Amino acid sequence: MIGPDDIPVLPRGVRLHRDRVRGGWVLLAPERTLALDETGRAILAEIDGIRSFAAIAAALAAAYDAPEAEIAADSQGFLGALLDRRFLEIRQ
Amino acid sequence: MSVPPPIAMLAELTHRCPLACPYCSNPLELTRKDSELDTAAWADIFRQAADLGVLQLHLSGGEPATRRDLTDLVAEARAAGLYTNLITSGIGLTEKRLRALDAAGLDHIQLSLQGTDAAMADRIGGYHGGFERKLEVARLIGQIGFPLTLNAVLHRQNLHQLPRAIEMGVEMGARRIEVATVQFHGWALKNRAALMPTRAQARAADAAVAEARARLKGVLVIDYVRADYHSDYPKRCMGGWGTTGLNVTPEGTVLPCHAAQTIPGLVFDSLRDRPLAGIWYEGAAFAAYRGTGWMREPCSGCERKTVDFGGCRCQAMALAGDPAAADPVCIKSPHHAALLARAEAFAATEAPEILWRAAAG
Ligand code: SF4
Ligand code: SF4
Repeated sequence: MIGPDDIPVLPRGVRLHRDRVRGGWVLLAPERTLALDETGRAILAEIDGIRSFAAIAAALAAAYDAPEAEIAADSQGFLGALLDRRFLEIRQ
Repeated sequence: MSVPPPIAMLAELTHRCPLACPYCSNPLELTRKDSELDTAAWADIFRQAADLGVLQLHLSGGEPATRRDLTDLVAEARAAGLYTNLITSGIGLTEKRLRALDAAGLDHIQLSLQGTDAAMADRIGGYHGGFERKLEVARLIGQIGFPLTLNAVLHRQNLHQLPRAIEMGVEMGARRIEVATVQFHGWALKNRAALMPTRAQARAADAAVAEARARLKGVLVIDYVRADYHSDYPKRCMGGWGTTGLNVTPEGTVLPCHAAQTIPGLVFDSLRDRPLAGIWYEGAAFAAYRGTGWMREPCSGCERKTVDFGGCRCQAMALAGDPAAADPVCIKSPHHAALLARAEAFAATEAPEILWRAAAG
């Protein structure tokens, strides 16, 4: 599970892509395409390989005017699933 | 039904290949080099594909590395906005070429594994020294940093090597391994007796995958296609005929799946005559088995009809002699019992010598 000090990074070969035909955003990964909802895209757009998970959750909470704990819990589930599928990596 | 845009395109850049795998998915009638599309034609097709909605491009063959313009093709595909995946045996990829592919923006490499030691791999691939070469290519891939998927086709002769294949995936730093039990059409159909796994082998593979998945969670993703002869229901093929993906042959013919040409009576369009969008949305071969309208009993009244879409059309053709029949793998198919008996009979015989695929001219 992703901890507050962990720094999430999208590894090489995993990238956000605007789907100009269907509209919206997708995450392109080796042999997989994940359609992203607004929340998923917002979380992934914050990942810069520099800031920790705690910092990202705080930024999202501020941007969406939502409780930080709630945002952290939601993002943790989403990012955890990406970790398991190797679409995401952690830098400590 | 309203037709969604395709997500994936498999570009068979060439049928030429230094290997000669006995289960090769290329057709028995291989395209010659002088009929292959040139760089500009492929670049135009990549742009058409991206405009149509394709996101993922699989550069395949034959061996795509036998195309001298492979790096240019990758650059063109990236410029068109496609995610580029190279499906290769590794033969023909030198360090210099891999670095050029890196600079061209290649996103991902899928490396095929014919066996887990030189004796097995070089015999199945019919290419001496191929295994050593592949290990070297895997090392270079890791060094450059390409994301890697290992891809192993399993059959009676090499199924016992599955645990070692998974270990090799970890050692090579692959993120994924795809293990697929051989599908019987094309060249593989000629080798059924040599390649048909036994039921015991299929069970051992199931167990090995389950164990490795639990142990390697978050380390190595294992995609596993089990022997469908030993399942009750067929798999959805190509995500549903004409709904998710398409194939382009080396000469520019567009197919709903790589084996679609084994179905007599289907008419395929060529990109030399018609744009891709027209072929996808209006082409006769795509319309033929799209959705559920073409189905008959037992599929038409079945609650799984939009789950598996009746399974594989090419398998129905090959094994039931009728492309609109239920996939004979299905327990509801009248051909199921005979199919199972035949599969067991093939698996029970002394395995004959394998027959390698021919070379493309
Ligand atoms: S299956 Fe084997 S022979 Fe066929 S294209 Fe792939 S590597 Fe070549
Ligand atoms: S009857 Fe047809 S739709 Fe139903 S499970 Fe079998 S193959 Fe699939």
